[in-house]
Amino acid sequence: MPTIEISCVEVWREISNYLDQDISVQLRERMEKHFGACAHCTAVLDGTRNVVGLVGDGTLFQMPQGFNKRLYDKIRELPPNVPRE
Amino acid sequence: MSAIQSQSRAYEAQIIKRVCEGEREAFYELVRPYERMVYATAISIVKNPADAEEVAQEAVLKAFSKLSTFRGESKFSTWLVQITYNEAKMKLRKTHANLYESIDDSQQAEDGEFWPKDYADWRPIPSELLEENEIRQAVQDAISSLSANYREVLILRDVQRLSIKETTTILGISEGSVKTRLHRARLLLRDSLAPGIDGCWIKGQPYRKVRPW
Repeated sequence: MPTIEISCVEVWREISNYLDQDISVQLRERMEKHFGACAHCTAVLDGTRNVVGLVGDGTLFQMPQGFNKRLYDKIRELPPNVPRE
Repeated sequence: MSAIQSQSRAYEAQIIKRVCEGEREAFYELVRPYERMVYATAISIVKNPADAEEVAQEAVLKAFSKLSTFRGESKFSTWLVQITYNEAKMKLRKTHANLYESIDDSQQAEDGEFWPKDYADWRPIPSELLEENEIRQAVQDAISSLSANYREVLILRDVQRLSIKETTTILGISEGSVKTRLHRARLLLRDSLAPGIDGCWIKGQPYRKVRPW
C-alpha cells in the first residue's frame, strides 16, 4: 500500500468530504497528489463519484403510475379548513 | 439565503396563508413540487411501493392538519420530509419490519476504518444508463441493502440533495454522524455496485479491474 503524500487509508477516510468539497485546501492538494500516483485510490474516488451521480440523478425513484392523481384525490377529501392548534 | 431561495420561501408563505384561510385546493400547489421527495423518503424507509404510497399520502394529509403550526423556521420541504420520515418510521414499527433493520444495523459499525472490498476502475457512467430498468433496479437494490442508518442519510443528502443542517434536523443526529454515515453509505454502495451489471456497466466493453497490491 503506497504512501504518496498521505496514506491510502487516510485518503479513503476523506473521500466523501473531498467530493463534497468539505476539506481544507492543504488536504485537497495532498489528496490530489496521491490520486495522481495511486490507481487504486483513483478507482475508489471515481467509483464513489459515480455512485453519488447515479443516486442523485433525480429519476432513480419513479413514482407509481397514478400517484399524483390519487394524492390529489386525497387532498380533495380534506375538510376545507386547516385545523387550528 | 440567495435571492431565489428567499423568493421561493416568500411564495410558499403566501400559499400557506391562502390554505390556512380556507383555500384547500392551493395545498396541492404547495405540495406538488415535493411529491417525488416525499415518495423517495417513504420508500427508502418502508422499501415497498404500496407502503411508500400510503406513507406519502398520510404524510401529506398530516402536513395539512398541522399546517397552522408551521412557523417557517425551516423550509416547507424540510418540514414535509420530516413528517414523512416520522410517518414511515411509525409504519415500520406497526409492521415490525424494523426488527430486521436492527439486526442489520449492528453488523455495520460506524466506527473503525473502512476498507474497500474491490478496486474496480469505473469509467464515467452516463446518467442515461438509469433509463435502463435493470440498472435503476440494481441501484435501488443496493440502496435497499444498506442498513437504515446509512440509507436514510444517503437518501436525504445524495438523493434529495438536502444540506447537512437539514439532514441533522430531520434525523435528529449530529453533523459529525451525518458525515460519517454518508461516507460509509457511499463506500458501501460503491462496493456493491462496482462490478456493474454482468461485470461491466457499459455493454460490450470488457470489465477492467485495478487489482490488489
